[in-house]
Amino acid sequence: MRNSTMRAAALCALSTLLLAVATSARAAGSEADYKTAYAAAETANAEAGKLRNRWTTAVKALKDAKKAAEAGDFDKAIALSKNAETLSRAAIFQSNEQKEAWKEMEIK
Amino acid sequence: MRLTFRSTATGFALAALMLGAAQVSHAADSPNPPADAKAFQKFFTDKFPEVKLDDFVNGPYSMDEGLYKQWKEKEEFPPYEFAVDAGKELFNKPFRNGKSFADCFPNKGIGIRQNYPYFDEKQGRVVTLELAVNQCLESNGEKPYSYTRDEMASVTAYMAFTSRGKPFDIKIPGDPRALEAYENGKRYFYTRRGQLNFSCATCHVQSPGNHIRAEVLAPALGILNAMPIYRSEWGGMGTTSRRFTSCNSQVRAEPLKPQDDEYRDLEYYLSYVSNGLPISGPGARP
Repeated sequence: MRNSTMRAAALCALSTLLLAVATSARAAGSEADYKTAYAAAETANAEAGKLRNRWTTAVKALKDAKKAAEAGDFDKAIALSKNAETLSRAAIFQSNEQKEAWKEMEIK
Repeated sequence: MRLTFRSTATGFALAALMLGAAQVSHAADSPNPPADAKAFQKFFTDKFPEVKLDDFVNGPYSMDEGLYKQWKEKEEFPPYEFAVDAGKELFNKPFRNGKSFADCFPNKGIGIRQNYPYFDEKQGRVVTLELAVNQCLESNGEKPYSYTRDEMASVTAYMAFTSRGKPFDIKIPGDPRALEAYENGKRYFYTRRGQLNFSCATCHVQSPGNHIRAEVLAPALGILNAMPIYRSEWGGMGTTSRRFTSCNSQVRAEPLKPQDDEYRDLEYYLSYVSNGLPISGPGARP
């Protein structure tokens, strides 16, 4: 009985320890993931800016990502960063595609 | 021998044909602002045969009978009247150095709106009326106005008011930079941007007269002749700069800075293709 109580207590302590380690590893990973995602989004958005075609939605998603990260919500910050990157890449594609395509709309 | 002659002659003919085709293609691609303006005006008069050419300057009111009636009644007490009065006062108020706006402009600034924008060869860029107003202020030691509203809208409203009825007379001088600016403006006008993937032409060439939510879209022809405008949506006056930046925001494209090169070049192009149409500013819009 005493042994089983001790075993249960040891198991409980071990699971608490494992949970704590897992949680802290997850949080640290999330912050690093956020930093990577945010940097990629920022680079893409800067490239869209050079093409004079930043989308307001991409700019807002970047700002919101930063706010979410500051509040410690890294899952949200990562999702917003990825959204900002996708929108910025679409803006870059649009600018490159329109370099010639604008002529199709011209009144002649 | 005959065969050789024939094949040589055929070769020459083919080469001549290809050269001719290349020249025609080059001619079709070469910038030709007068041809652009002619085609631009024809596009709108063909699309709206019931609208007189000069009436295009009345924007959405020329497209919709009900709106036209409302506008005629509104013009009895126009909402831009206060801006014209305020603009006149600002225009005539001496700067701290004793000079005034009249010292900066041809004909003392009266009845000259139809000549703006112009290409300034010394500055090497397009000068809009708004830019000229701020250059005048700064060269006389005064603080420049905001490009989008308030004093700028008032002063340009007064200057437009003194020019009413005068046809747009935008010139493109021989300087190749002027033609380049015109072409840049044209490209900006037709280029799609923003998340909604709209160009200026999407609304103002493809869809004038149609509704976008509660608004009736104005035709691009004559769209700047009415500037600056009182817009009910804004609850106040706004300049051409305000119009361009707000158009960009509406299609979810981050606006550029007012009077950036692209916007001045766009104004140059749009004004040029409306040459001959009368100044009607300041205007009122829903």
